[in-house]
Amino acid sequence: MRLITVAGPPSCGKTSVVAKACGVLQGNGQACAVVKFDCLQSRDGDLYRAAGVPVSVAFSGGLCPDHFFATNLEEAFAWGVESGAQVGLIETAGLCNRCSPHIRGALAVCVIDNLMGIDAPEKIGPMLRMADIVIVTKGDLVSQAEREVYRYRIRQMNKRAVIRHVNGLTGQGCAELAAIMAKAPDIDSVTDMRLRFSMPAAVCSYCLSETRIGGRYQKGNVKKAKFAGGVHAE
Amino acid sequence: MLSEDAGLDVPESPDSPDSPESQSENRIYAPASMTLTAGRDKSSRPEAGDVVFRSGEITALLGPTGSGKSRFLSDIESLACGDTPTGRTLLLDGRAPDADERFELQGRLVAQLTQNMNFVLDMNVRDFVLAHAMSREVADPEAAARRVLDAANALAGEPFGPGAQLTQLSGGQSRALMIADTALLSWSPVLLIDEIENAGVDKRRALDLLLASDKIIVIATHDPVLALSADRRLVFEHGAVRAVQARTGAEEAILTRLEHMEVEISRVRAMLRAGETLD
Repeated sequence: MRLITVAGPPSCGKTSVVAKACGVLQGNGQACAVVKFDCLQSRDGDLYRAAGVPVSVAFSGGLCPDHFFATNLEEAFAWGVESGAQVGLIETAGLCNRCSPHIRGALAVCVIDNLMGIDAPEKIGPMLRMADIVIVTKGDLVSQAEREVYRYRIRQMNKRAVIRHVNGLTGQGCAELAAIMAKAPDIDSVTDMRLRFSMPAAVCSYCLSETRIGGRYQKGNVKKAKFAGGVHAE
Repeated sequence: MLSEDAGLDVPESPDSPDSPESQSENRIYAPASMTLTAGRDKSSRPEAGDVVFRSGEITALLGPTGSGKSRFLSDIESLACGDTPTGRTLLLDGRAPDADERFELQGRLVAQLTQNMNFVLDMNVRDFVLAHAMSREVADPEAAARRVLDAANALAGEPFGPGAQLTQLSGGQSRALMIADTALLSWSPVLLIDEIENAGVDKRRALDLLLASDKIIVIATHDPVLALSADRRLVFEHGAVRAVQARTGAEEAILTRLEHMEVEISRVRAMLRAGETLD
């Protein structure tokens, strides 16, 4: 199965773009399947089903969504293969912007929108920097000048990526995206493949559902920031 | 910057090279002509003929909703190669671009001036235009940014300074800056204009500025002055170009009359705004 990871901040249009691109792929006779990783709730399953794309939604619930994603990749891949998909897409809900779900050897797509502010490409970090394709949505809501300056900021953060503007509502640009997706690496198994960027270290008392604030409740992997002049205060 | 323990960054190769796409992003590309070959209408009947566009020439698209204007523009934007419902093919300088060229130009061939009247980025005018100039790797970005600002102020009814926030510009000021920036800094060789409103922008000067940019200009409009300003008009019907009309001498006279009326309307508007009576 050809494997594609799709990441991006919440509400940037990932689901619309992926559903439209899958529509093009399926129209060309290529079966698709989508696994959506989300945190607490999501209506995206309905959106994919409405678009005629087989979908499976997984919620991380009380766990770190990044770790949950990594620990369920084999099963997600197996489900895609079982459902007969030739192209399998894994969409993640932006996780926490700290991480990147992208895998070495699979096609990595980052979706961001034109309304996020000029520093967004820098703030988004690894999921954009490590992507092979950056899809920019909502370009119809800004000026040509803003699109071009925003594109430049993306290029500064990622020298290699193919950058494309896609309109998630009208589907404009989705045929071009689908053509790239159709050439994603064909993979037998994700076992022993590697993430492009490591997940955050964890296991402190808050990982174990602590809700109280205060030093006396903090155990495990705790890091204290230095405020005003410290290395983390820039 | 990433903080020290942000994570393990694993590049694909020791020094990830720039993609061919990013290397070519600032190479100037200015085809002298662009051709959209004849396709077929909604009933699969063949279109009358090819349409050739030349730089420095304005073409207006006219026709009711659903007549095929958007499809025509989308055939240009997507660099159609017989793969769209209309069956048209886009030629640049008389030649169909190969797969690599098409891939490079996708999404960048056409710059668009839409009816959008507001900026959304939280930057001031100078930083914004300077960032755009730097992205184009022009020799003197500061000077280029000043030229854009001067041109924008020449179009806008009310001047604005380099320190103004983009989001606080008036509709007319925003439009003037968008037009000046597109004319002087946009990479794209083809410019699509979706109306230029009267509000606070000198339409004639705007068109002159855009024409001087040597771009291929296409206007989708219902405004009679803009439509008549075009060297020729494509009239759409049932998904295809039905007629190509060049501006006649009589039409030129009508254009002059309409332009005078617009000047008069602007003059009266300015007087009323200044609290003057019209007696």
